[in-house]
Amino acid sequence: MEVTLDRLPQGIPATVLQLSCKPELSRRLRDFGLVPGTKVIARYRSPDKGVTALEFRGTVIALRTRDLKGVLVSWKCGR
Amino acid sequence: MRKVTVALAGNPNVGKSTLFNALTGLRQHTGNWPGKTVGVATGSMIKGDTVFEFVDLPGTYALSGGSEEEEIAAEYITSGKADWTVAVCDGTALERSLILALQVRALTPNFILCVSLMDEAERMGIAIDEKKLSELVGAPVICMAAGRKKSMDDLLSILSQRPQSHMPLLLEEDTVAEAEHIARQCVRKTEDKQQTWRLKVDRILVSRTWGVGILLGLLMVLIWLTISGANVPSQMLEQLLNSVYDLLQHWLYWLPDWLRGILLDGAYATSARVISVMLPPMAIFFPLFSLLEDVGYLPRMAFLLDGGMRRCGGCGKQALTMCMGLGCNAVGVTGCRIIQSPRERLLAILTNAMIPCNGRFPTLILLSGLAFGKWAPLAVGGCVIIGVLGAMATSGVLSKTALKHTCSHFLMEIPPLRRPRIGQILVRSLLDRTLRIAGRALKVAAPAGVLLWIFARFGWLQLLGDILDPVGILLGMNGIIVLGFVLSLPANELLIPVILMTMTGATTLQGVGTGDVSSVLSGWSLETLLCTMIFTLFHWPCATTILTIQKETLSNKKTAVAVLLPTAVGVVICIVLHFLFQYLGG
Repeated sequence: MEVTLDRLPQGIPATVLQLSCKPELSRRLRDFGLVPGTKVIARYRSPDKGVTALEFRGTVIALRTRDLKGVLVSWKCGR
Repeated sequence: MRKVTVALAGNPNVGKSTLFNALTGLRQHTGNWPGKTVGVATGSMIKGDTVFEFVDLPGTYALSGGSEEEEIAAEYITSGKADWTVAVCDGTALERSLILALQVRALTPNFILCVSLMDEAERMGIAIDEKKLSELVGAPVICMAAGRKKSMDDLLSILSQRPQSHMPLLLEEDTVAEAEHIARQCVRKTEDKQQTWRLKVDRILVSRTWGVGILLGLLMVLIWLTISGANVPSQMLEQLLNSVYDLLQHWLYWLPDWLRGILLDGAYATSARVISVMLPPMAIFFPLFSLLEDVGYLPRMAFLLDGGMRRCGGCGKQALTMCMGLGCNAVGVTGCRIIQSPRERLLAILTNAMIPCNGRFPTLILLSGLAFGKWAPLAVGGCVIIGVLGAMATSGVLSKTALKHTCSHFLMEIPPLRRPRIGQILVRSLLDRTLRIAGRALKVAAPAGVLLWIFARFGWLQLLGDILDPVGILLGMNGIIVLGFVLSLPANELLIPVILMTMTGATTLQGVGTGDVSSVLSGWSLETLLCTMIFTLFHWPCATTILTIQKETLSNKKTAVAVLLPTAVGVVICIVLHFLFQYLGG
């Protein structure tokens, strides 16, 4: 199932398919190693859901949830 | 003697500074490079016949020049000033930190990989094949862990070798893919027994139900420990410094009266007062705050508070700098370096002084006691909340007017919670924060003391108080209090002593005992007390903070705004309060 990363349910492993954010943000995400093919888990969201903590490549990075709208991921249902 | 220059590069929080501190000890110095607001620490160590000069480059995630830090780091590495560049990687997240290390390798051939936090990694069930890693990266690899001295010697022995100067491999490489490939071959992860436990704790710490409550509780404990714990050492320090004063009086009897007055009653007495009131709370607050920093709680705090700060145009990290401001606004302003976006960093710098610092707590406590009696603790808490709300509201207004811009991206690493390193916390927080701030405060307190003594000696304090009286009354206070605020510019701790000096006509700070404070101030009306509390929260930052703001922004205009902004807020609130009281009273 394909969703944008801001809507990925918590705790479910997914794979990044495509990045279509603004260039500046894309570059920053790449610096952290978030590129197509990266395995990612949405660990937790802040109380107002405005920030999402993503786990990938062995680290947890917090990002604004709305900035994740440009990241398309795929995950398997029914796991 | 041979000199070897070594640059340290790496992501933030990978133990780069720990390594730097372990290597250089106290022989280090932080300076801003010309035109840059980012501090770069350099330090040296001598081993055998070699002087090693270490340069601790700012922590970055890339070297592509996206920020001032990245520019500085990349420029320095390519400049060839360093004989060696050590790329420090995080053993608990090798794959991520290898991305930067491989970018370093593309810039310089004389490159060593240093994997830190290995003890932490082992605890998480991570094993790293050092030999294979060295082979794949094509550079010497050293694995480091806290308390293992041998790896440090290995590092130094490699550094003392002459580097082979090849041209750097300036290839357009896909560092992300290569990092992934290398990590897959070199890292073995066995079951991490603590992981489920870590996740559970984390989930509670950042949860909607508990997160904010735990955070407020921790902050309250922090403030309470600072205030209550500082009382006794403050008194002891004051007694000690007073007996030194007596000794000096005795020894320097041969000096003319006026000179002794300036030196002892002016410079010394004021400095002693500032030190005894300022040092103990900072020596409690900063180690405790560093403890929260070291276990990794602070990023979680920023995570929780980002929602609130985002509504005011800031970001969660601003909340952290505000908390640092509780200890000392100058530290809070320096702390704003963690905010990447220049606009949000400026917002945080301009509003930091609205957070009551340690220097203002004694005043707030005293006045709360006089105004609210047994409800004083609640009133002090209320003051902190008013300060925080003031800072947030000002941020909000600024970000919608003068600093209008869309919110920047908020990227922040949340490291795994880890065991604190107590020794290091104590040394670093006392040296880097407490003593440095105390030193800076002394530089302004001593000359101010001389001035204060001259004013008091010639009776100018009362005179100036009379001149300022109309202004004071308009602000709901009186001339003496306004004069107190002006003269306590060097340090907020001086406010009450200066007011007491003026009211009682004493010529030294020592002349006013602490016992009769309440009786002297008992004549103040509720209006005066409230307005003084508000103005304590919102007025110009102390001299140390102003100097720090100038240093951090490199702009006199921005510094002026940082001085005027909180003052304007205080003046407006006080005038409103004044007329409100007049309306209600009349």
